[in-house]
Amino acid sequence: MPTRRARIPATKYPVERFTLGNGLRVVLTPDRSAPVIGVAVVYDVGIRSEPEGRTGFAHLFEHLMFQGSENLEKLAHFRHVQGSGGTFNGSTHLDYTDYFETLPSNALERALFLEADRMRGPRLTEENLRNQVDVVKEEIRVNVLNRPYGGFPWLTLPPVMFDTFPNAHDGYGSFDDLESATVADAADFFRRYYASGNAVLAVSGDIDVAEATTLIERHFGDVSARPAPERPDFAEPDLTAERRTSYPDKLAPLPAVASAWRVPDPVTDFTGYLPYVVLAEVLTDGDASRLVERLVQRDRSVTSVGGYLGFMGDPFDVRDPTALLLQSHLPPGGDVDKVLRTVDEELDRLATDGLTDGELARTQARMATHLLRDTDAVLGRALRMAVLEQQRGEPGLLNELPRLVGEVTEEQVRAAAATLRPERRASIEVIAGGGR
Amino acid sequence: MSVVVETGTRPLPPLGPNRRLKLPTQAERTLGNGLTVIAVRRPAVPLVELRLWMPFGRTHLARGAMLAQTMLSGTATMTATEIAAELQKVGGGLSAGVDPDRLMLSGAGLVTGLDRMLEILADVLTGAAYPADWVETERDRLVDRIQVAQSQPAHLARTALLKRIYGRHPYALQTPEPDQVRAVKPPALRKLHAERVHPAGAVLVLVGDVQPERALDAAERALSGWNGDGHVAELPPAPPLEPGPLLLVDRPGAVQSSLRIALPAVPRTHPDHAALQLANLLFGGYFSSRWVENIREDKGYTYGPHSLVEHSVAGSVLVAAAEVATEVTAPALLETMYELGRLAALPPKPDELEQARQYALGTLQLGMSTQAGLASLTSAYAGNGLRLDFLAEHAARLAKATVDDVAEAAARYLAPAKAVTVVLGDADRVAEPLAALAAVRTESA
Repeated sequence: MPTRRARIPATKYPVERFTLGNGLRVVLTPDRSAPVIGVAVVYDVGIRSEPEGRTGFAHLFEHLMFQGSENLEKLAHFRHVQGSGGTFNGSTHLDYTDYFETLPSNALERALFLEADRMRGPRLTEENLRNQVDVVKEEIRVNVLNRPYGGFPWLTLPPVMFDTFPNAHDGYGSFDDLESATVADAADFFRRYYASGNAVLAVSGDIDVAEATTLIERHFGDVSARPAPERPDFAEPDLTAERRTSYPDKLAPLPAVASAWRVPDPVTDFTGYLPYVVLAEVLTDGDASRLVERLVQRDRSVTSVGGYLGFMGDPFDVRDPTALLLQSHLPPGGDVDKVLRTVDEELDRLATDGLTDGELARTQARMATHLLRDTDAVLGRALRMAVLEQQRGEPGLLNELPRLVGEVTEEQVRAAAATLRPERRASIEVIAGGGR
Repeated sequence: MSVVVETGTRPLPPLGPNRRLKLPTQAERTLGNGLTVIAVRRPAVPLVELRLWMPFGRTHLARGAMLAQTMLSGTATMTATEIAAELQKVGGGLSAGVDPDRLMLSGAGLVTGLDRMLEILADVLTGAAYPADWVETERDRLVDRIQVAQSQPAHLARTALLKRIYGRHPYALQTPEPDQVRAVKPPALRKLHAERVHPAGAVLVLVGDVQPERALDAAERALSGWNGDGHVAELPPAPPLEPGPLLLVDRPGAVQSSLRIALPAVPRTHPDHAALQLANLLFGGYFSSRWVENIREDKGYTYGPHSLVEHSVAGSVLVAAAEVATEVTAPALLETMYELGRLAALPPKPDELEQARQYALGTLQLGMSTQAGLASLTSAYAGNGLRLDFLAEHAARLAKATVDDVAEAAARYLAPAKAVTVVLGDADRVAEPLAALAAVRTESA
């Protein structure tokens, strides 16, 4: 008897879209359940767009956007957001860079002012640049150089899988490249990529649509109009032969391995792409998932395993080319070859024998919970909708994701599993170098 | 030199009127078995968050860690895989965690699955079986995880700090050694479960798209059969900080030093707490603080310095933490002590205090604006004997703390003379420069 499946619920966040005269696209999604708002500005430029010889520049530039702007001294942005009871940050991704605040809703106009001011232009000075190069170097030391498994696999696997600079290079950047960056580079980067026509503003939460629209026109309406630059084609052919490398990590106590396979274009072939998002969860979400059962519990050949879409774990925020990743940490002396062989065997078994009764439905129910939980945070909605608008012109897709994930069929998941062949796989192994 | 823009003179828009702190609808019931259940309504998304806080002080370190690692490994009626699969069916999941105060089971799922999640929770609480094969697998995994933790500088610095500030108190050691974990066998786990996993003193928090009274009914139906009245262990009060030489823990070859500074603090209910929280914000508790603006935005020594008042059942402590480049370890410590001293010796500026106050009040609103945030806050409060209505009281105290109150709190709690300082870093390179600033005692990691 087939198991009864949980009904997948949906959210109904309203979505308003419009475009200002200068080309800035705007998404509003009101929700008055708590007196807080999320404000996000997303620029269509990321790690893939940085010039050769300037690795890490997109991220460095993100830091410079916080260093003062037309009407704001250095430190003023931070102080105004936090002095309004809010928090802020920014982050640099492969295909976009976001800037965001979440605040009590009485700070709406102030937040719009702050974002508009830096969209007009940051204060790019030699002193601020040198200061932020130092800060970024410390960020890289904290997250990569001074810890075990630093940059694994998001920085270490792309150069195995890809051949072209945009897709393969280190997005955090080399210290040499960071130190070579100039104010003129930053000014060029701003002029080219931080154009009103290349940005999306999203505001979520406790807003009145008419009032927010007026305020947005007031603050962003006279930002000078510049068109979006033409987006280069970052396409690369799929692998036809397995690629595999390894490197020693002297801080790492246990071996680790990560593998990636190319997946369909997340934007132009969303229907073909979604089954891979579900497949990653069937394989690795929780104690009842395929690979946890097999590798962790039965074989004890790994101590943990995870699977996800996108090198930065961003299934719905990334463009082609991207990948499905599986990564494992092994016990001391573990056998990486054996782990990779077992994964192949499990993928084969899934493709051939299909799923067990209820396996797909329960995975989809769990995915719905994760998706809904992320949208409960007002800022999560603004950020996701801004990127969905930018990459797809479809911010309302956020409401549809739980249902669409729930409509993926067993046949689609099997077919997706069947494509994850060893000859299409890129892998990187961390050789444990010693512990303390 | 400003190459992109001319500076302008557009005025900063004022803030609208402050929104009053509005507490969500909630209900509370203490069941016959002693379990307290608190249900809070936030219907935003059709989910429910679950937190079960069980007092767990003075537990054997390795057994406690293993109990959390294996609690969901099976019951009389279900295997671990079945537990996970049954929870997944209703979009749910559970995980267990332990610290020196409490054992916590937490999770979230579709609200339509609340009854089923509670049913499975009850099965685990009353019938966790600790099957031998699972315990063996999980034991090895925990050992692996501890080894990975021990290779992380943040973990090593934390371990050294706890040992330094807590001495013989149970808080001093929070991670077991691999050999201690290897010695834990299933009978010891079953015994520990029988002794310490009970409803008396435990608090279950349910937050989400629920009618609070109905959620309490559901919890009562599922959990009233959970019984047991083994012993309760009181934690002794945490000892006061004892300042002394800077403790330098050697980590040869480290490209950064981990700075940790502990300072005295008071619990949430203490009359000084609001003023202390504000003083901490001024020092290093948020980005727009003196410390961050100094050692990051001015000097570029570090990426993410932060300071935080940490509350535990047996006491509170303020911890400031920064990872700094090895070559600027001593200069970073110098600036840190300077900023602490300046705050302890001179009153803050009124506008600086207003900024911190707005931040403290605003982030209270933000913290309550998600189901997950409300659940964690309600549970953390309840674990310390407080309820959500304390938020309003705390907000009122934050609103009325004066410059003098904050200056007084800074002098009392943030004085560098009261600091306990631990640095994890490459002793060959940092010992001598640090010795110019403080007496230094060096240990190996």
